[in-house]
Amino acid sequence: MSELRFDDVTVRFGRGGRALTAVDGVDLTVPSGQVVGLVGESGSGKSTLARAAVGLAEPAGGQILLDGVPLRHRPGARRPLQMVFQDPYSSLDPRMTVGDSIAEAMPRGARRRDEVVRLLELVGLDADRVSAYPGALSGGQRQRVAIARAVAGQPDVLIADEITSALDVSIQGTVLNLVRTLQRELRLSMLFISHNLAVVRYVSDIVAVMYLGRIVEVGPARDVLGNPQHPYTKELLAAAPRRGSTALPPPDAVADAEPADPHHPPAGCRFHPRCPVGPLIRTDREHCLTLDPTTEADHRLHRAACHHAAGVLRAVGSNPPVLMELKEDSL
Amino acid sequence: MRTRWIAVLRTPVGAGAGLLLLGVLLLAVFAPVLWSHQANAIDTDHLLQGSSAQHWLGTDNLGRDIFYRVLVASRTSILLALLATAIAVVTGLALGSAPAILGKRGGRAAIAVVNIAVAFPGLLLALFFAVVFGVGAKGAVLAIGFAGAPSFARLTQTLVAGVAERDFIAAARIAGVGRFRMLVRHILPNIAEPLVVNATIGAGGTLLAFAGLSFIGLGVQPPAYDWGRMLGESLSGIYVHPAAALAPGVAVVIAGLAFNLFGEAVAKGLGVQVPRARWTSRTPEAVPARDSDAVLVVEDLQVSFPGPVTPVRGVSFTIRKGEIVGLVGESGSGKSLTALAVAQLIEPPGQVTAAELSFLGAPLLGRLPVRSTAATRRRLLGTSFAMVFQDPMTSFNPTKRIGVQLAEGAREHQGLSRRAAMNRAIDRLRAVRVPAAERRAHQYPHEFSGGMRQRAMIGMGLMGTPALIVADEPTTALDVTVQRQVLRLLETIRSEDDVAVLLISHDISVVAEICDRVLVMYAGRVVEDLPATELATGARHPYTRALLAAVPDLDTALDEPLAVIPGRPVDPARLPDGCAFAARCSFASDRCRTEDPVLVDQVACWHPQAQAEYSSFRTGQR
Amino acid sequence: MTTTVSAPVLTTHPWLAFAVRRLGRLAGSVLILVSAAFLMIHLIPGDPVRGALGPAAAQSLVDAQRASLGLDNPLWQQYVDFLHHLVTGNLGTSITTGLPVSDVIRDRLPATVELAVAAFLVAMLIAVPLGLAMGVLTRGGRRPRAELGFTSTAVVLAAIPEFLLAVGLVYIFAVTLHWFPVAGRGSVASYVLPVLSLAIGPAAVLARICRVELLAVLQTDYLRTARAKRLPAAAVYLRHALPNAATATITVGGLLLGGMVAGTVLVENVFGWPGLGSTIVSSIIAKDYPLVQGVVLVYGVGVLLVNLAVDVILALLDPRSTIRES
Repeated sequence: MSELRFDDVTVRFGRGGRALTAVDGVDLTVPSGQVVGLVGESGSGKSTLARAAVGLAEPAGGQILLDGVPLRHRPGARRPLQMVFQDPYSSLDPRMTVGDSIAEAMPRGARRRDEVVRLLELVGLDADRVSAYPGALSGGQRQRVAIARAVAGQPDVLIADEITSALDVSIQGTVLNLVRTLQRELRLSMLFISHNLAVVRYVSDIVAVMYLGRIVEVGPARDVLGNPQHPYTKELLAAAPRRGSTALPPPDAVADAEPADPHHPPAGCRFHPRCPVGPLIRTDREHCLTLDPTTEADHRLHRAACHHAAGVLRAVGSNPPVLMELKEDSL
Repeated sequence: MRTRWIAVLRTPVGAGAGLLLLGVLLLAVFAPVLWSHQANAIDTDHLLQGSSAQHWLGTDNLGRDIFYRVLVASRTSILLALLATAIAVVTGLALGSAPAILGKRGGRAAIAVVNIAVAFPGLLLALFFAVVFGVGAKGAVLAIGFAGAPSFARLTQTLVAGVAERDFIAAARIAGVGRFRMLVRHILPNIAEPLVVNATIGAGGTLLAFAGLSFIGLGVQPPAYDWGRMLGESLSGIYVHPAAALAPGVAVVIAGLAFNLFGEAVAKGLGVQVPRARWTSRTPEAVPARDSDAVLVVEDLQVSFPGPVTPVRGVSFTIRKGEIVGLVGESGSGKSLTALAVAQLIEPPGQVTAAELSFLGAPLLGRLPVRSTAATRRRLLGTSFAMVFQDPMTSFNPTKRIGVQLAEGAREHQGLSRRAAMNRAIDRLRAVRVPAAERRAHQYPHEFSGGMRQRAMIGMGLMGTPALIVADEPTTALDVTVQRQVLRLLETIRSEDDVAVLLISHDISVVAEICDRVLVMYAGRVVEDLPATELATGARHPYTRALLAAVPDLDTALDEPLAVIPGRPVDPARLPDGCAFAARCSFASDRCRTEDPVLVDQVACWHPQAQAEYSSFRTGQR
Repeated sequence: MTTTVSAPVLTTHPWLAFAVRRLGRLAGSVLILVSAAFLMIHLIPGDPVRGALGPAAAQSLVDAQRASLGLDNPLWQQYVDFLHHLVTGNLGTSITTGLPVSDVIRDRLPATVELAVAAFLVAMLIAVPLGLAMGVLTRGGRRPRAELGFTSTAVVLAAIPEFLLAVGLVYIFAVTLHWFPVAGRGSVASYVLPVLSLAIGPAAVLARICRVELLAVLQTDYLRTARAKRLPAAAVYLRHALPNAATATITVGGLLLGGMVAGTVLVENVFGWPGLGSTIVSSIIAKDYPLVQGVVLVYGVGVLLVNLAVDVILALLDPRSTIRES
């Protein structure tokens, strides 16, 4: 339906010595009708990026554009972006019936009653749940209501922030299935956020990896997961469960490193203190300590923020661009 | 919600307070109508008299009957108090909800005003306003009303802030709900209960404060009278005529208590009720350990809570030296309670029973007859039984340095000196690969990252010479990459020191990677016990299989929907007859719905699936 | 979390930053207090001097008094003068007695401070051990009857205002039993009833809070950790539970001390205690505004200092507090 674009978006919290740049100059596009999966560890800024998109956090720099037009968030106005939250126990007003919660998100003048029933059925809930309060529903059912509410706003783009991580293992699958079906039926553009690479892989067309406020790798899901360029993506892949694996993967060279402090991100490449192919292990790679790899990212495969990722050569006039392995680094 | 209010009135305290309040309010309405005449009748023959048959509580300096005056004064006292409360509530509500309406800048100003005003005691503010508004009933109402506003505003602010953080407010904002509607429709309904309760308690306080102002002569002025003024005027005569001073005092206290107690009863009734029960422990027959290699033997373990609910219903397993056993299940399956029960950390009113529960051959359950054996048992557990909890953020005491917290146990059980224990702590931090262990030992928990804290927690378990580490979801609160580090650490400890590990997790893929054996729990029972290597291919219980299939991994087929388990986990308070999983199981027969299967041949199922059927269940390919 | 960044000491050193921030807030509060005390007179409807001297006073007398109080100057000028006088320790002169307000305060302040401090100490000594003991005894729903008895007694005692308690105590211990004097300040015995009437209510509140706070701490994960270390029960309570229950106790204790400073106003009136409390009431009734202003300022500053002390103690006790506040 619509394209959502983050253009050099920066979000900061606090001021002075304790300031925290949660999102640092992020460029990311959610193409029309596609699902972009955003992975990263806690504190990487992925949720903040989502909250900035829906106007819950104020960007300190850059623009968020919907179909090329900057988004404006006025209180009381309809939002073209809707969001489903992580915790279904907190995201529904306990003093409002399910029907009222869904109806509130509808645009003015909609035929509310019929529409609410239709939406409930769309997410696989009985129509008689209209007058139920959230307290009477299970976590999975609540999450369905939250999805129905988000869809009720007739969004151009849907944002799903860790929507399965608060649910029981046996319930997660049903919610993931629902999201996938809805996205395909309604051809929604979607930003799907999760810390779980396997879940993201299952849902997404495009995968973006975030680390300490920056996108470090982005590309078609199959390519990124099949041929990861950034060492952090590789680490995430190694940590994700594979079917039938009965042994822990061998430890990385710098396995016991501490996660970086987001208040004081490292200079140069932000990943260098943990990087298994970085200056800690390979002393010749001193440039990682000082040179920021994001500036040249456009010239690398998957826009990887790593000096040692493979490059992309754009041949003049050729479209699509020709992919060429520039460096054969032993990544 | 209404039913909860009614439930409050059914409790003895609630009913008593409610009746008292009703009585006080009725008195305020009807007393002046009924007894004004008697209260104002001047009897010059009986000035300042003590109690008599004619005047129960005696008379005042004009010979007026004090008993009737106390009754009639109820209206003035309570009406003015309610007026002042109303002013306090309305002003407080306006100030307190201002941040939600005005947005950032206006909100900050309102918060600043409240912060400063709330720092001064109400009485001081009341005196200040009494000067400004002048001495008298009107001035006192305004003074007490405005003096009470800041604390009410603070309460409103706190409550609003608590609600505003929740996601449904964010969702409503995204849905385009305006600020005013947000306040009226979403915020106020969710804070109404505590506000009403506090306003009721506040009315009691206001009544007393008003009496105080009148008492010192700043409130109601003659010829009007309230309890405070009556008290103030009769105080000087307390030697000769105590009843005149005590009667209005008692009236003030009763009325104030009526409001207060009612508010407290409601507050308590609406809050969470703590179940109450006695801590009883069935002493089991001591059974000698059959397996000399066994570190932990658990036989028919039950954990129950008053209700009665039995979330753990007969769990049995044995852990041998150097073995890593995984205990997997969804929330409510009883896996964490099993861990806590094994570790003797279930607090009353919880109850633990077992046919056998022994650690290194020593029974853990039951009261020990001799004090010295109790100490021995404590030392055994303290040095050989280590516990790692789920949330490393909350499992360390925030006010003590990490090193001290590690050293504590060693000083207690191994008799080490302060210095020696600290050195051991540093050494153990090093052993769990905490960088810069010496410096880290002197830091507080909040200076550690989550992964490092979990390492320190494991290090704490290594202070002695553990034979068993019980780890309750040790990686759930950690990031994916850090999870592996912690798991690897546990595995290293196992292989180096032959320590047994009981790993509780909801994540079957985590368990598969590190464990030797996996116990799958459902509804308080172990439903399957199998080697980890057979998880992928050899699981026979339908639940184990469904659990494996429901979790996507990097090999899940993308073109098909995920396998799902219909229904939801059972509520331990409402267990069905027969197999607890029957309602969600596609293989369930009539027998499953009536007869509860027990763990036979490592699986508790009437229809265990053969390995050959497996491929049809799961279609992922590698 | 190594701090390698070299920023100005002012913002990096947590204690210095805390001191600067906290003293800044104190200064702001004092300024507002002073301004409120100044404005108080101007907010009174009508002519305060006419009000004070009564309708019968000659106009010339009123005018002279107005001039001597500086009430004819523009407001800002009066404000500046007021601040200037404050800085030099001049609080004006009492309209009714003609004595300097600062002298009155110097005479009467010690009696009030004695009363408040003694009551605070008594309340803490009763409440903290009692609350903690009740917490330990009634943890996890044990001894429900003791809990009910304790809680209801505490609720009732906390609901009785100090001046009523004072009247009750006077009746029992002075009028009926003759154990203590009815009023006045002199021997040690004369302190007992005023101190008790001030201390009992706050002690009840504090004991309840102590208990609830201890119960909350007993439920925490880190207390479970302490038990998992198999420490003896005494060590679990004394080393792990107590220090963490102290935070709320001190916060509330500070609020109560602030409240006691104010509570002296009423209690002094019951006992004819020669402190600031009886002064402020009589001066309000007599419309002796300079005196009211002075006493309000003293009370206000007292409360602010108590709050400051509480914040400092909390910061000292809790290693996270300076970080949390930013």
